[in-house]
Amino acid sequence: MSVLFAQQVACEKSDRQLFSDINIELHPGQLLYVTGENGAGKTSLLRILVGLSSPSAGHIEINGHDVQKELPSASESLLYFGHKQGISQLLTATENLRFWCQQHGVEADQTSIHLILAELGLTGLEDIALKNLSAGQQRRVSLAKLWLKSDAKLWVLDEPFTALDVHLISELENKMASFLASGGAIIMTSHQALNIDYPMTNLHLEYSW
Amino acid sequence: MVALKSVFLKDLALAYRQRAELMQPLMFFVLVITLFPLAIGPSPETLQRIGGGVVWVAAILSLLLGMERMFRDDYADGSLEQYILSPTPLYMIVVVKVLTHWLMHIVPLFLISPLLALFLNLTFDMYVALMLTLLLGTPLISFVGAIGVALTVGLHRGGVLLALLLIPIFIPLLIFATSAIESASMLLTYHPQLAIIAALLLFSVALSPMAIAYSLKVSQN
Repeated sequence: MSVLFAQQVACEKSDRQLFSDINIELHPGQLLYVTGENGAGKTSLLRILVGLSSPSAGHIEINGHDVQKELPSASESLLYFGHKQGISQLLTATENLRFWCQQHGVEADQTSIHLILAELGLTGLEDIALKNLSAGQQRRVSLAKLWLKSDAKLWVLDEPFTALDVHLISELENKMASFLASGGAIIMTSHQALNIDYPMTNLHLEYSW
Repeated sequence: MVALKSVFLKDLALAYRQRAELMQPLMFFVLVITLFPLAIGPSPETLQRIGGGVVWVAAILSLLLGMERMFRDDYADGSLEQYILSPTPLYMIVVVKVLTHWLMHIVPLFLISPLLALFLNLTFDMYVALMLTLLLGTPLISFVGAIGVALTVGLHRGGVLLALLLIPIFIPLLIFATSAIESASMLLTYHPQLAIIAALLLFSVALSPMAIAYSLKVSQN
């Protein structure tokens, strides 16, 4: 069964047709790499695929659940990582991740959260409010969700490499490779070249008026 | 259940870190009420006659001031996207958020209200009626107001627009609440007014969560 199935998806923004007739069928272990210029509609496509925005036409299913009608069940196996990081500046890294885990049905205690934060090079910064961390460090806290939600089947990553240093980019690429090898599927956009030893499907969005 | 409790605790933690901002509507409430004796004159009879209405108008305005906080930060930092994409239905999360917000804004208001009753020379019966109408009426303001907040969350600086949208909607509530207090001042029974406010409240609790959740989803488009 396909993890994500999209049929004839179209998007229109203020009378401008961003894209139309997009068909995607993503199976476990598949990596879909969406490319295109700024403004070509990559973020819009990703938001439509996960059900955050509504398409002007088309039909999308994640694990057999229609994202427009059954979003809560569709999101059970989904992990969306967007431009907005979904973490609060006023809370600490541990608090942010603990609340997030509880809200997304992920079993994780203090120790496992600390271990993952240490893996991401945030030792000693676990209990500092995020507004006092750098942009890259905040990004890492948000990325920790990828490590925490181990039962996810589909990752949708919008520019995951922004503000990360070289070391962490390669660590994230390794993580993605092992997730794909274990049967996960990924849809992602990035302006950087992806150094990942794994076959990928490319979807190029043309910029149109 | 764990998820909903966690939404509650997160909002509580956030409110605690922003307690200065939380105090502002309360200070506004107290200041507006203290202006009336100064402007209208300190005659006890006049104050008693306008007291209930003054507290109610001040309460509505101060709740509107703090209303925007309900979804603003969650929208800005992307927590709202994560709520929408969580296994818990959005309308349940919304109910918890509205109730948490109400609790944090209304409990301080209640604590300070005996002092205001003293300022405005309210009799004990009027004070009881005021408390009862506030207890039933303010959750209504929060639930109905949250629809407006959810609709305007995507606009930057929706503050005044929000007040313009919401104040007319609260007119019926204001009429019944002040009428209850007036009845209490004449030692009449005011159960009918309370019953109508309670009916309005139950109606809004039943229907507004769907409307709020839908508005929040639309704001993501």
